[in-house]
Amino acid sequence: MRAQRAGRQLHGGRLTYAVLIVFTAGSLFPLIWTAVAASRTNTRLAQTPPPFWFGSHLFRNLQIAWTDANMGAALLNTTIVAGSIAAGTVFFSTLSGFAFAKLRFRFKNLLLLLVIGTMMVPPQLSVVPLYMLVAELSWTDQLQAVILPTLVSAFGVFFMRQYLVEALPTELIEAARVDGASSWRVVWHIVFPVARPAMAVLGMLTFVMAWNDFFWPIIALTQNGSPTVQVALTGLGRGYIPDQSVIMAGALLGTLPLLVAFVVFGRQIVGGIMQGAVKG
Amino acid sequence: MASDTTAAVPSPTPGQESTAPARARADERRSRRYRRDVRWSPYAFTAPFFLFFAAFGLFPLLYTGWASLHQVELTSPNDMTWVGLRNFSRLLSDDFFWNALRNTFTIGVLSTVPQLLIALGIAHLLNYKLRGSMFFRVAVLTPYATSVAAATLVFVLLFGRDYGMVNWALGLVGFDHIDWQNGGLSSQLAVSTIVVWRWTGYNALIYLAAMQAVSADLYESAALDGASRWQQFRHVTIPSLRPTILFTAVVSTIGATQLFGEPLLFNGSAGATGGSDHQFQTLGLYLYEQGWVNLHLGRASAIAWAMFLILLLIGAVNWIVSHKLRKGMTS
Repeated sequence: MRAQRAGRQLHGGRLTYAVLIVFTAGSLFPLIWTAVAASRTNTRLAQTPPPFWFGSHLFRNLQIAWTDANMGAALLNTTIVAGSIAAGTVFFSTLSGFAFAKLRFRFKNLLLLLVIGTMMVPPQLSVVPLYMLVAELSWTDQLQAVILPTLVSAFGVFFMRQYLVEALPTELIEAARVDGASSWRVVWHIVFPVARPAMAVLGMLTFVMAWNDFFWPIIALTQNGSPTVQVALTGLGRGYIPDQSVIMAGALLGTLPLLVAFVVFGRQIVGGIMQGAVKG
Repeated sequence: MASDTTAAVPSPTPGQESTAPARARADERRSRRYRRDVRWSPYAFTAPFFLFFAAFGLFPLLYTGWASLHQVELTSPNDMTWVGLRNFSRLLSDDFFWNALRNTFTIGVLSTVPQLLIALGIAHLLNYKLRGSMFFRVAVLTPYATSVAAATLVFVLLFGRDYGMVNWALGLVGFDHIDWQNGGLSSQLAVSTIVVWRWTGYNALIYLAAMQAVSADLYESAALDGASRWQQFRHVTIPSLRPTILFTAVVSTIGATQLFGEPLLFNGSAGATGGSDHQFQTLGLYLYEQGWVNLHLGRASAIAWAMFLILLLIGAVNWIVSHKLRKGMTS
């Protein structure tokens, strides 16, 4: 049976495995070497050949990065920021996505077009007024300065709409309506349960994006105020602490939470990206 | 508490039995509430998105245009002096702007083309039946989990002139040390490598998803016609993937136009210049330098609009290409 399905389900040969293993090694190597460098001393990193195996200074370097480079505060801040943005994006995107997928209202198509159009606008285009706004409100160096501007996402609305158009049977909504359910009850008892898989995927993707966001946070926040991980790492890289092994320890600290999440939820994240690709 | 209050309220059932008008009134009330709900709930559901979008998306977008016509300094953002199109005309005669545009283009090509080609090949391999296929998929995606900052900091070390691993490996096969940070093309190559490393696996998964959606029948009939694996890849896989390839090309091009973090941090402690000779300063970095190092917010706004125009141009080209493709497919 399986052999008859031909074409795509061919077993990979030795060469396939060889190439994939080389590519995977290339993907993982810089991350592993981050840990290697973080476990060495600055002097050892300025010697040839470069170290290939772990040394004994990991905890010392992590400690310095944690306290002196503000990585502890940065990790906490980033968790708050990425968590809020992911929660807000998922909630608001599901509401709007449902409306665009299943409800009737005036200018619906025009508004949807506007949503899709906003996905094209680069962040650079709004960064100057955003900075002026944040300065005016005295929000510089406060976390809401990086949370609020990214709390909703056009991509999220579009993503949830595409999912709900197919996944949510219109009859289910109509049946609930006949029983006298309000729109809010429909959302709460039907839309949210049906949308849950897509909400999980969107939440994970948004969290990763928010965790790694770079351009706006380094403008709105500073190293010594309330940095996110990326702001703290930028400070490190620009010579805040001129010790390469400590810089690598900071990079390791800032990356580790997401890597752990990738190991735990890898299957779901891969599935989400591939699912989003077919829809988009 | 709850049971007390329900007991106090008279049961509605006898009233409904006795008076038909009361029941009609209740129905009327309910249907009015229902109509109001159906009519307004869509606006309520979409309102949060549009409110936030108006405040943090649309308003800044338009205001950037307004600011680009003024002289504004970061030190006193409320002090705006009208200068008309001077910020734009200055850009046209600004060598650093053209340099940044050129660099953005070179780095964009150096990062986008290899990235998508390798991704296509890797996706093809991942599409075979593999032992540990989930391991490979997660592993190739790990660079995507690494932030621009963390990735660039590691690559700065790997590309170090005296002690970096890349030069050490090149030395083993007899090459001289390359000054990756201060060279022209070599620094652009190094910056592009970071982009390629972070995004190839992600694009491979997107291609893989599209490949799995290709009908097996197409391959079967190609195999019956005696097509080799390479011919199948060339004449079945690639044409079926054309929309996806176009999509990823557009997304990576947009990403390349906005490149910022990699060139900023690749410069180490030397700031936003993009190298001693501005050799890898991109448009995004130049915008940042003008606005937040030189404190000229008006000029930064003009650069932002120039970037937007470039993106619109890319969008137009993309639209024409995909239009032609669609026509080509139907005819």
